[in-house]
Amino acid sequence: MMNDISKKKVASQSRNRRISLAVTYTVLVILAIVWLIPLLWIFLSAFRCEYQADGTFIGRVTSNFFPRAIGFENFRLLFTKTYYGVDRAFLKWILNTLVIAVIDCIISTFLVLSVAYCIAKLKFKLRKAFMNITMILGLFPGFMSMIAIYFLLKSIGLTGNPTHPEYSLVGLVLAYSAGAGLGFQIAKGFFDVIPNALVESAKLDGCTNFKVFWKIILPLAKPIIIYQALMSFTGPWMDFIFAKVIIGADNAAYWTVSVGLYSMLFGTHPDTNLFTQFAAGCVIVAIPIVTLFMFLQKYYVEGVTAGAVKG
Amino acid sequence: MGTDSKLGRSNKRSGFFRKIGNSFSEFGKRFVDGSIGTKLSHFIFGAGSFYHGQIIKGLIFLLIQVGILAVMIFCPSINNTPYGWKALVNLSLKNVFEGGEFDPLTGEMAVGSDCKLMILFGFVTIALIFIYFIVWSINIASSYKADNDKKVGKKPTTFKDDLKELLDGKFHVLMLTPTCIAATVFTILPTIFMISLAFTTYNQQDMHNLGTNLFHWNGFQNFISVFTGEGSLGFEIKNRFLPVLGWTFIWAIFATLTCYFGGIILALLINKKDLKAKKLFRTLFILTIAVPQFISLLAVRNLLGEYGPINSLLQSIGWTSAPIGFLGLKATDSEILAKIMVIVINMWVGIPYTMLMTSGILMNIPSDLYEAARVDGASTLKMFFKITLPYVIFVTTPYLISSFVGNINSFNTIYLLTGGGPAYPGYQAGGTDLLVTWLYKVTIDQGSYNTGAVIGIFTFLITATITLITYRRSKAYNEEDTFQ
Repeated sequence: MMNDISKKKVASQSRNRRISLAVTYTVLVILAIVWLIPLLWIFLSAFRCEYQADGTFIGRVTSNFFPRAIGFENFRLLFTKTYYGVDRAFLKWILNTLVIAVIDCIISTFLVLSVAYCIAKLKFKLRKAFMNITMILGLFPGFMSMIAIYFLLKSIGLTGNPTHPEYSLVGLVLAYSAGAGLGFQIAKGFFDVIPNALVESAKLDGCTNFKVFWKIILPLAKPIIIYQALMSFTGPWMDFIFAKVIIGADNAAYWTVSVGLYSMLFGTHPDTNLFTQFAAGCVIVAIPIVTLFMFLQKYYVEGVTAGAVKG
Repeated sequence: MGTDSKLGRSNKRSGFFRKIGNSFSEFGKRFVDGSIGTKLSHFIFGAGSFYHGQIIKGLIFLLIQVGILAVMIFCPSINNTPYGWKALVNLSLKNVFEGGEFDPLTGEMAVGSDCKLMILFGFVTIALIFIYFIVWSINIASSYKADNDKKVGKKPTTFKDDLKELLDGKFHVLMLTPTCIAATVFTILPTIFMISLAFTTYNQQDMHNLGTNLFHWNGFQNFISVFTGEGSLGFEIKNRFLPVLGWTFIWAIFATLTCYFGGIILALLINKKDLKAKKLFRTLFILTIAVPQFISLLAVRNLLGEYGPINSLLQSIGWTSAPIGFLGLKATDSEILAKIMVIVINMWVGIPYTMLMTSGILMNIPSDLYEAARVDGASTLKMFFKITLPYVIFVTTPYLISSFVGNINSFNTIYLLTGGGPAYPGYQAGGTDLLVTWLYKVTIDQGSYNTGAVIGIFTFLITATITLITYRRSKAYNEEDTFQ
């Protein structure tokens, strides 16, 4: 008798669980579709290859979600066309961005790690003051300093230089990486949890602070190094506003890829027929970045979680 | 308790003054007790180091002194704007030096002068003077230390010893110097410069109307005209500041809370026991984080646009006869709808991020808490509100604060989706403009640098107040040292 009741209870419980699981699946699938629709649309638009009756290419936004014809015309145009008076501009933009991203990645990661290590593991006089000043500086809207940085770079010829327009790339690298050391908080959170005993025992063995950092801390810090490198490498691909202001609207040959793509939709001569080429450009930019993220997902999640808990 | 903390504070304060007093008496002591080298160091940098045979060190000190003094005296100029003592005079923006030449006759500013560079270079010169005195005190301390080393029979450190010390006891100096220099030039200096513009007449519209390219200091006039509504600056700020501020707060509150709780719920769904393909779902949502924001936001903007697929779908199934202006891109579009849309679309951007973050935290909740609750017969919903939520909120409070501040300064979402629209004719600030996007429009598009600086200072005051009140009370800040 008792056995029967408990069996029924178990059966109804497992049925409840199955129902709730099915509901969860349904909700998740619907959410996933909602989340992917805009991205899917951009992806499909990149391959859209529709022509009007008179043979002109349709590059604008159209009302059909799925393309009526598929092809690589947008990619071909993107890599061969002259945009804003610059021959093969898209290729140049990609190259500019790649160079900036690599240099910024190296400088920023180095600065962040060195500051984070000092704040987390060394004791010195102005430590707390340094942290407080950094916090206060972080509260000013970034745009306020952006405009001043533009004036500053211009006054030393690192942007808007009539004889050497390519110097503005140097200016942009400086603008991206110079302040990087102030964003040490996540890396510091990571270094904080490395036990101090490890550092102290190494010092007892006669290690200098430099050796502790080089031989003990850095090998342990691989996840945070990868996280910082990923963040600073992808930064220049994602930012468009800083690059737009620093490099300026006239220097189309020295734009980064995001400024170029943005200008295709909102530039000084917005051409509504460039949308599918914009989409193709987005696909080209997004694929390597998304791949990087997917490969390094573990480290990204680690960094994000560390940032959440430590603030 | 209260009196205790007051006592502590007053002790701290008197400690601060004592420190200043000490450092003065220290200087006096060094001058009196020090060797000839130390005494000379007060006037010639590196004299003490030469006296003690530390040639390279002495040369470095001397070079810095000569370099800074040369800049101060000879006033090299860039773009016809001088550094050095002339820059300090130029900082007044009156009776300025043009092209490095003094023109006392006119007493007027020459037309070609670049006022913003004068302010910038003035501040750079002040920074140089600071550096001069810092190096001055380092050079004296170094010589005094060598004196003391000699007194106890040790040899003064060689340059090699100093370099070695830089890798050990003074490692932080080596590691922090690049960041300090870079941050001073590219963060502190620009911030001070922009703040100072709030006290000037640097407004290209007004300057154009007056037919001049010069501007002047005007004290707190800009802040006063915010309340009186005078001039082009006051008109814009007086009539639009409160609406924009209000919307910025509404936006920040909704954007933070919707993404936060949405993310927790999504994480709970994905982490549900027995659910398969957890990793697949998580990866799908991470995709929106990995795709650069300007791509995903512009995609949504076009998807919802006048000729986009969504509007044509709504028209073809007969829900609407004319395209709906979801994002307020025209002045006639609904402001409320645009506001709701940006908050909803922001959920699309922000939820995966919170989901990722809370997933790890959810897995860390001790499972015996749930088992105990289940034995007591608690429902799933009850367990969520009594165990999961309090735990997650406790752990992520610092994140909540920083994401609130981040949302106040959230430029991309608004700028890329609505561009601040629907526009208010005659004003820069539209219906969905936040303080930051307004700041951008006013400065970059309009060239009203003083208006922008005033808005920026207000934004800073708001975020600073919120952060200081909440963050300084939080555990993460107060117990920061416990890891040390």
